Amino acid sequence: MSVLQRDPQDQVRVLDEDGTVVGEVPDIDDETLVEMYRYMRLARHFDTRAVSLQRQGRMGTYPPLSGQEGAQIGSAIALDEQDWMVPSYREHGASLLRGLPLKQTLLYWMGHEKGNEMPEGVNIFPPAVPIASQIPHATGAAWAKKLRGEDDTAVICYFGDGATSEGDFHEGLNFAGVFDTPNVFFCNNNQWAISVPRERQTASETLAQKATAYGIDGVQVDGMDPLAVYSVTKAALDKAKNPGEGEGRPTLIEAVQYRFGAHTTADDPTVYRDDEEVEKWKAKDPIPRLEAFLRETGRIDDEAVEAIEEDVKGRVADAIEAAESDPRPDPSEMFNHAYAERTPEIQAQYEEFEALREKFGDEGFLRE
Amino acid sequence: MSSQNLTIVQAVRDGLYTEMNLDDEVLVMGEDVGKNGGVFRATEGLWDEFGDDRVIDTPLAESGIVGTAIGMAAMGLKPVPEIQFSGFMYPGFDQIVSHMGRFRNRTRGRYTLPMVLRAPYGGGIRAPESHSESKEMFYAHEAGLKVVIPSTPYDTKGLLISAIRDPDPVIFMEPKLIYRAFRGEVPEDDYTVPIGEAAVRREGTDVSVFTFGAMTRPTLEAVENLEEEGIDAEVVDIRTISPLDRETIVESFKKTGRAVVVHEAPKNGGLGAEITATIQEEALLYQEAPVKRVAGYDVPYPLYALEDYYLPSVARVEEGIREAVNF
Repeated sequence: MSVLQRDPQDQVRVLDEDGTVVGEVPDIDDETLVEMYRYMRLARHFDTRAVSLQRQGRMGTYPPLSGQEGAQIGSAIALDEQDWMVPSYREHGASLLRGLPLKQTLLYWMGHEKGNEMPEGVNIFPPAVPIASQIPHATGAAWAKKLRGEDDTAVICYFGDGATSEGDFHEGLNFAGVFDTPNVFFCNNNQWAISVPRERQTASETLAQKATAYGIDGVQVDGMDPLAVYSVTKAALDKAKNPGEGEGRPTLIEAVQYRFGAHTTADDPTVYRDDEEVEKWKAKDPIPRLEAFLRETGRIDDEAVEAIEEDVKGRVADAIEAAESDPRPDPSEMFNHAYAERTPEIQAQYEEFEALREKFGDEGFLRE
Repeated sequence: MSSQNLTIVQAVRDGLYTEMNLDDEVLVMGEDVGKNGGVFRATEGLWDEFGDDRVIDTPLAESGIVGTAIGMAAMGLKPVPEIQFSGFMYPGFDQIVSHMGRFRNRTRGRYTLPMVLRAPYGGGIRAPESHSESKEMFYAHEAGLKVVIPSTPYDTKGLLISAIRDPDPVIFMEPKLIYRAFRGEVPEDDYTVPIGEAAVRREGTDVSVFTFGAMTRPTLEAVENLEEEGIDAEVVDIRTISPLDRETIVESFKKTGRAVVVHEAPKNGGLGAEITATIQEEALLYQEAPVKRVAGYDVPYPLYALEDYYLPSVARVEEGIREAVNF
């Protein structure tokens, strides 16, 4: 029986909090398992450094992901090369795994448009800041793949628990059900939409059960158990591409997890939640859980862990160096991409702008 | 009457506090307005003071926030919903345009909506994408809505109280760039500043400069700098975007014969266009120069590395005024 065929209130787990196997270990080769661990470490270290850059005034407001690495990496690593990802604004780890260089993520949060320019071959939509607004896009993208007969392709969409309250969530999932689109709707239920707890978003027992109303499958998974996340995401992707007799393509996955840090660096979570709760969830930290499993099964040892730590530090340091040494965007770039070609009015505004820059220099514009 | 020295965001909070104390029908609702006190602290302490039924953390759903506030207002409550950033209004846009602005008209006055929809707006705070736009004209275009944008702490409290007491729905947009930029005297008691009246911030004879919100600051700075060049400019703070105080605009223009409009919203269809048309219609024979618009460009608001180049700067405003004066 598929891992998806269960009561939405019954949470899928593979590892317990100590990394001991309590469920069915998915079929993943050793190398991929170690990569999963490496990327989770990379995401965590990146996150720590990014928060620190913001604190030092080297980057703008940034949304941290610590605690959510298991959900991001465990799901993204299940995608095939041709699959697409439609993120919210917190998927730095999943985006990295799917080929978006860390430098790009840094540039975006440093306020450079270039951060939104996905490299060729990276199948990721730009991060969506307005909550849930990306969900219908994911349905449309998957629908396009189906209409064009590209049956080997699925689209995963990430969003949070708060997003399930928005109309776009309903409309996106409803279309997916009606048109049977190859979608995986991956809800990172991290318990808090800024200061508003999950219980204030919906009176539903679970978020996964909302799938029932759309006529699609819903499954709840321990989102801090990367192996369980992999299992359900893989099963959902397979079903999206090759549904069995009587099966629908789309799936809603509710990955139950916790954000250890603030909503963004502009937020102070101590105002609305207590340390005791945070500590309770930190005991479920996905990184030591996977590490314990990998050590226990002989896939990594101290030496390997140290090598990974070194690698991770180097890659993040290099990315920061690259982002900070990237030239400031030329101000005239803001006139370049509103349309395929500048309209006469935009051209006139551009010329006026350049004349002002010529006359006053950058000091004529920059504040402080 | 005793007064306090408050910032704009503190004046918002004080206006809500004052009116909630005076009128049990007034309530606040929105995302993170309760225990968290609002992401800008505009509702700080109100939840402790007035409790769960009057300071309500809602699900994350702007259409739900605006739509349920409409239902409450139709039943006689005076909801003051907050949208966390004006860039997140749009899921509620259908409710705003199809219902909030039209309930009175659709029911021939049988139902009215005494509600105020608050939202911080505007750029300049190095915020993430979709957090910095100025789209006041979306709402000005909808009859039945009043659109208010204060620029001083005193006006903020007085206009907010006017808005809450107004029998019609008001969109109250708060210039977050100057939320904490300076303080001003704000009376502790209740008082009102009338909606629909512009304020002359500085009298002058050579040129009229019309502006509002966060742009009043660079405008006043530019005007002061230009004194050295012998330019004596009048500055009019529009304060209410809709209904527009055409009388004050025309009166000022008739005195100077020259006009500059400064706003951070895009030039195309911005308030500058409406002010220019008003001058054409009502004071053409006084006109000595084309009206100059110093505005945001007609391109998407850039991510923050370039936002200073997008927003009207002191130098740009100065240059615009020179152009109008030297024509």
